[in-house]
Amino acid sequence: MTTPLQPPPKKDPQIPTRPPQLPPIPRSRAALAMSAAAAKGQFALQTCRDCGAVCYPPRDGCPKCLSTRLRFQPVAAGGELIAETTVQASTDLYFRERLPWRVGTVTLDCGPSVMAHVHADLTTPSRVTMAMKLDKGGNAVLFALPEKVTDHMEDDPQYRELNASPKHRRVLVTDGRSGVGQAVVQALLDAGAATVFVGIADPWKPFAGAADLGGDPRIEVMTLDVTDTTSVKELAGEIGGKTDILVNTADHVRPGGILSRSDIVTSRDEFEVNVFGLQRLAQAFGPLMRARGADGANSAVAFVDILPIHALSNWHAFGAHSASAAARHSVLQCLRGEMRAGGVRVLSVFTGPVDDDWRQTVEPPKLAPTAIAKAVVAALQGGIEDYYVGDIAKDVLEKWLDNPKVLEREQQA
Amino acid sequence: MSSDPAGIGNADLLNLLAQGLGSGAIKVVDLTHTLSPDFPVIVLPPEFGQCQPFRMEEVSRYDHRGPGWYWNNISMSEHAGTHFDAPAHWISGRNVPNGTVDNVAPEALIGPAVVLDFSKESQADADFVMTRAHIEAWETRHGPIPPRAWVLMRTDWSKLVGTPAYVGMTADGAHSPGPDAGAIEFLIQERDITGFGTETVGTDSGQGSHLSPPYPAHYILHGHGKFGLQCLANLDQLPATGAVIIAPPLKIRQGSGSPLRVLALVP
Repeated sequence: MTTPLQPPPKKDPQIPTRPPQLPPIPRSRAALAMSAAAAKGQFALQTCRDCGAVCYPPRDGCPKCLSTRLRFQPVAAGGELIAETTVQASTDLYFRERLPWRVGTVTLDCGPSVMAHVHADLTTPSRVTMAMKLDKGGNAVLFALPEKVTDHMEDDPQYRELNASPKHRRVLVTDGRSGVGQAVVQALLDAGAATVFVGIADPWKPFAGAADLGGDPRIEVMTLDVTDTTSVKELAGEIGGKTDILVNTADHVRPGGILSRSDIVTSRDEFEVNVFGLQRLAQAFGPLMRARGADGANSAVAFVDILPIHALSNWHAFGAHSASAAARHSVLQCLRGEMRAGGVRVLSVFTGPVDDDWRQTVEPPKLAPTAIAKAVVAALQGGIEDYYVGDIAKDVLEKWLDNPKVLEREQQA
Repeated sequence: MSSDPAGIGNADLLNLLAQGLGSGAIKVVDLTHTLSPDFPVIVLPPEFGQCQPFRMEEVSRYDHRGPGWYWNNISMSEHAGTHFDAPAHWISGRNVPNGTVDNVAPEALIGPAVVLDFSKESQADADFVMTRAHIEAWETRHGPIPPRAWVLMRTDWSKLVGTPAYVGMTADGAHSPGPDAGAIEFLIQERDITGFGTETVGTDSGQGSHLSPPYPAHYILHGHGKFGLQCLANLDQLPATGAVIIAPPLKIRQGSGSPLRVLALVP
């Protein structure tokens, strides 16, 4: 078993915060496709479409038959750890701050032998389950894990570098008025968050579930209105230096497309929350989080946004809302690159229609807030950049990958 | 040059006012709340278009965005903060001539004010409704309301700003004091007022949608071309009679209302 991670001590104000460093960044275009798979939580390797060989590391031609028809596809994640060593010295700025570091050689069941990071609970030789994880620089790395879950496995320091676990971390949930926001708060507490700050806009307006937020001493209710720059800045001034994870649960949703509305007032409200609100949060909290990307066991690790899958392709019934979601998706893509310098992950949790007041007339399947909350925690614990929750989100993604133009027409029905 | 019966010329009148202001004999009381993002706006059912609260985005502050100057972009509903309601704000006033803020006669924007103090009643009951009888009782103490006056309903509600009690929102709607239809009809038809002002987020009570007609102050005032002022402050610093208020809204083309600075001159 792994030694359980202890709640980190209070910060010593005389010791400088460790500046974030990143593991080596450059990758070939072929290798970036592996990162793309890891971003979705897949274990995928290049497979030759002519001879069927599985290849590693990524390359442009098959080492067996020289075909250039290599395609990343999910492969079996099992293997055997046949050798390992513990690195005690490194000239790399990232690794030398984190030594000792365990690496080993794994023979994959699907063919290749690979160099991998090795979990502390593994002995050599042993059966392993391989995970493809994004490192702090946003690139895929291979990590060998015990086949069976061991106690406190996720607390292994090397593993923790590859995920964004909420355990012992302080999280801001930006909108606690909604069912989704409240479910996320509870799921984060259940996942071991030390503190959950819960943003509430217009605290003078009562809301369902308010009483539950008062019940847990780990919850701190804060005034936050993402449409109000002053409010966002003030909260960042208050807690931005100890916000390790930010989960943006704010979403302003109303039915209707462009011509089914006669003005831009509601669309503007949607953009104020869904797009500019996100930008305000990023501008106020992002620089503070980015500076704390290597700040010990409760370093800043993730900026999470929950957004509709219709960010990818407009859904006419909620067409204006989809437009704001598309802008939101684009903002997140930009932010992902900007936050990377601090090793802070930007995670997108894509959802289908949520089962709430505004989607009463939408046919099932609809997502329960608890399902979204579970997905947020899973994305954090897995360090998964693009998480698709529920059947609709997965279906839309699949159709979008297949043929975006066909999907566009289908969603106009 | 005309003069009043006391033999004071017009220029003298204005001079006297200036002297009074200069010497402090006439005090200026600010009846305006600071326009800030957290100031509440009226709450409507969410499927309706919403009143946008005040928002401010800094454009530059002596920095790389503008080294020598500080300025902001602001946005808000016409009905955010301390604000003026023009007749066109309400459907009953849609055909009133000159019913938008740009066309309001400037003479109407400066005038005598009477303050009807119902702060005790409002403190006792957040849903206090001011009726004609209440106004008549006030007049027995202070004399009749003069024509073309601004009637300001004091409730001390402005002191609740920053607390949930200001709007008093619960599952059955907002709770704050205001007038009924009879009170407003009396003020218009028998007292010929210029406008009606309150300390609450609207000229109507929090439960005003349940009165008849719904939102009687809005409906009747604006239907008769009268004006509204709401979210007023410092009414407790005004005398029951004798003050003059200055309440010009922004000159917004076809505007239904406007945030404004309301000043009172107090002897």
